[in-house]
Amino acid sequence: MAAPVVDSWSWFPALALGVSLLKCLFINAYHSTDFEVHRNWLAITHSLPVSRWYHENTSEWTLDYPPLFAWFEFGLSHVAQHFDRNMLLVENLNYDSPATVLFQRLSVIFTDLVFIFAVRECCRCVQEQKGSRDILNRPSFVLAVLLLWNFGLLIVDHIHFQYNGFLFGFLLLSVAKHLQVRPRVYVDLSCRNDDCHIYLYVAPAYGIYLLRSYCFTQDNKDGSISWRSFSPLRLIALGSIVGSVCALSFGPFIAMGQLPQVLSRLFPFKRGLCHAYWAPNIWALYNILDKVLVTLGVRLKLLQEAELPRASMTGGLVQEFQHSVLPSITPSITLVCTLLSILPAAASIWWRPGGARGFLRCLLLCALGSFMFGWHVHEKAILIAILPLSILAVESREDAGIFLVLTTTGHYSLFPLIFTPAELPIKAVLMLMFVIYSFTALRKLHRSETSEHRLHWTGGQYLYFHKSHLKILNHFYIKAAVSSCFR
Amino acid sequence: MQTWSLVSLCVLLGVVVRWGVSLNSYSGAGRPPMFGDYEAQRHWQEVTYNLPVQEWYLNTTDNNLNYWGLDYPPLTAYHSLICAYIAKIINPEWVELHKSRGYESPAHKLFMRATVLVADLLIYIPAVVLYCLYLTDGSAKKKVSTLFCFLLYPGLILIDYGHFQYNGVSLGFALWGVLALGLGWDSLGSMAFCLALNYKQMELYHALPFFCYLLGKCVKLGLMGRGFFLLVRIASTVLVTFALCWLPFLSDPSRALQVVRRIFPVARGLFEDKVANTWCSLNILIKIRSILSSDSQIYLSTACTLLAVLPSSVRLLTKPTFWQFKLALANSSLAFFLFSYQVHEKSILLAALPVCLLLNDLPLVAIYFLQVSTFSMVPLLLKDGLLVPYVVTSLAFLFFGVFLLSALEHCSEEELRLGAYHKLLFCLPKLDMACIVRWKFYISVAVMAGLSFASVALVPPPHLPDLFPVLVSTTAFLHFFGTFLYFNVVQFSGPPSRKSQKKKN
Repeated sequence: MAAPVVDSWSWFPALALGVSLLKCLFINAYHSTDFEVHRNWLAITHSLPVSRWYHENTSEWTLDYPPLFAWFEFGLSHVAQHFDRNMLLVENLNYDSPATVLFQRLSVIFTDLVFIFAVRECCRCVQEQKGSRDILNRPSFVLAVLLLWNFGLLIVDHIHFQYNGFLFGFLLLSVAKHLQVRPRVYVDLSCRNDDCHIYLYVAPAYGIYLLRSYCFTQDNKDGSISWRSFSPLRLIALGSIVGSVCALSFGPFIAMGQLPQVLSRLFPFKRGLCHAYWAPNIWALYNILDKVLVTLGVRLKLLQEAELPRASMTGGLVQEFQHSVLPSITPSITLVCTLLSILPAAASIWWRPGGARGFLRCLLLCALGSFMFGWHVHEKAILIAILPLSILAVESREDAGIFLVLTTTGHYSLFPLIFTPAELPIKAVLMLMFVIYSFTALRKLHRSETSEHRLHWTGGQYLYFHKSHLKILNHFYIKAAVSSCFR
Repeated sequence: MQTWSLVSLCVLLGVVVRWGVSLNSYSGAGRPPMFGDYEAQRHWQEVTYNLPVQEWYLNTTDNNLNYWGLDYPPLTAYHSLICAYIAKIINPEWVELHKSRGYESPAHKLFMRATVLVADLLIYIPAVVLYCLYLTDGSAKKKVSTLFCFLLYPGLILIDYGHFQYNGVSLGFALWGVLALGLGWDSLGSMAFCLALNYKQMELYHALPFFCYLLGKCVKLGLMGRGFFLLVRIASTVLVTFALCWLPFLSDPSRALQVVRRIFPVARGLFEDKVANTWCSLNILIKIRSILSSDSQIYLSTACTLLAVLPSSVRLLTKPTFWQFKLALANSSLAFFLFSYQVHEKSILLAALPVCLLLNDLPLVAIYFLQVSTFSMVPLLLKDGLLVPYVVTSLAFLFFGVFLLSALEHCSEEELRLGAYHKLLFCLPKLDMACIVRWKFYISVAVMAGLSFASVALVPPPHLPDLFPVLVSTTAFLHFFGTFLYFNVVQFSGPPSRKSQKKKN
């Protein structure tokens, strides 16, 4: 067999093509109500004027993503009309002709190109050891597989049906640009995350890091903040970029005076503390504790069964409701908890930025913190933590350990999303494949390196602090995931 | 990465691809009154479960042989019986006599697809893994690449998991036979092949090479000594296996004869539908079926088949090595496919299996042939609504075959064993045969892509309604015939030289 050229990247298109072809095989697999959601949005953006987009409610699946995503659907709808015009009629609820299914599935596969491009950029940033190395053992190769063939993305995007790959592409691209140290570009891309307000989870990381590293042009010798190096010009540049993207996105709606309506659609607090399927976060544990106490209370005759509210959290319904024994949780409580949980990470990154990888860790911690304590969190949100963690996992042994636990439990928590018997072998086998690969590849990758060498560039104690923080959150996550199995 | 993890990843990916294909439609879906092969398999479960063994192949009031009567040997019937027992536990309606005709439901489809996967996991896939790990040469990575491409062969996946059949069982048993012979376990090999033969009678396509190889081996060991004992052992294994398989039918010779009549229906014509063999292609120019009587057709096809298969078999008899055996398998199955009686397009899978065995040694030609074999079934696949799986699996197979096995790099004249062609074509000026082969490959792929697209997107002119199936089968026939000649030439060339072996590693 010909010896591989050291700098050849021919394996990357092979991986990308392979996973794209695999995605095509799932075209006729089960799809969830999210399929109808997106078809409805195609119909709304195509058939109705902009002023009606956020008011339309013929279907129960109202537009609840930010305007940039609505423009994206508008763009897609122009291609959709060549496949089947009937899908663009708002009245055609639950319309799913073969052409509709084909178009929607292909649109996800096609827009994943953004994700593929972002993964390639991330792979380029990964530190590699010099010298000839077996391709399969290179950090960039392992990272490419862990990202491109990520089990969570595959089943959520290509079976359940969503556009996460497309959206995560922008997130990863901005992360990659941070790692490549390209200031202006990454600022632009950070704002693209406006596409989905779920990225508010990680907004603090971006905000604080950019403020700290971009607006303060220099650090003191020991890495602490140098107040004198503050550049108002850069702050204005940052503010104007963010402002202009927001203006572009929300502008038309502000002009029409629809901002409150848009915001109420984007942040539907009436949907309740937990989603229909519980995300494995703190509130899941809280709910279980409440239920246990109720049962105990009834058994010990401390509570009257008749007085307890009837609403069942596990009924699969999306609604607000009250806890029986423990105090009820309001959105403001969750906000406070979330902010408290990410405070250490944010403070640390302000104090000692630690470069692009410090930013990445902070992003990770913000994502995990928001996941653990947020209001109405979806299970899929764990992917915001898993994907960036992959980058750290191929570079550091400790992170790899955390990654393996987080992905295995996180991906397993996504199982209830695909509940049809026909798709059971697919999700089981894909999960098994990902577990086998991630364990064997990461173990082989980190077997030869010592921990000290890899930790050198990040600065010892802050890294340790971040890692402990991550481990604590991870610990809670596992507990929540396990307990949610018993609900 | 360790080999075991790579192997398990390949197998798991193979399983995912198979299951992904099985999410699509099957043959005869929603098409009463006859439906298709799927209904045939379900019907056999119904018949074998409800009727006594003696009546399985008989035309009775309870068993109307015109409605998908059993026409495979007893092992298929026993397999259907096992599936029927499981079906009865899950939902008795699936196998209720008479009432379950045309039964279709998502749950039933899931069950049937699962039976195919289970059979594959038990029989076919382990054989493929063991073959690639133990009987191919090269580095561990090359073996895993071969395994991956072998498992990804689209033709078998699309027919078994799309159209719906159990070819994995018969081909799997045949592969176990090859594996055993390769490892020197002759009796076990013969037993495995007998099981294959008793599952589907088309395995007769492979029978001659097995026979010649084993006979040749016995002769080489000396018919007066060890060879004789080997011969006796093999013969007794074969007889015992056959006896065990046909046990219920042996008590009454007429019953056994009825089974034979069912599995060899000589009353049918030279060919049915459009198939990429000589007779169908010849029929375009000369209407053979109308010129010759049905008896002469049988004699002609038998004679041509025997003539075609003779050189390869004799060569194998004189040189019973594993390399010759693999080539003879390919040659024999191709000869039968091209010239035999009542050949169906799915029988190309019998030729595809031996060529898969050659993926490691002759990657470019193997990938070329395997892709054409899938392409030759396009009309059938389109009828079953399997366009997307066909496109996806073909693209994947072509790309990964060429990429992982470096097929286009390892095509020098020596590696393609084209040396003999120079001797044959001595009158023509010296050409760069390797370059020609590469260009033929590119052009063929383009032609196949074009014809596939045309079959889907274009409407044939009204006076030529079968234009595209005919074009597909003729193109495929030309490729098959060329490959048949090529493999014969290779079989008669010298054995692979040490130098070329080392270079490949």
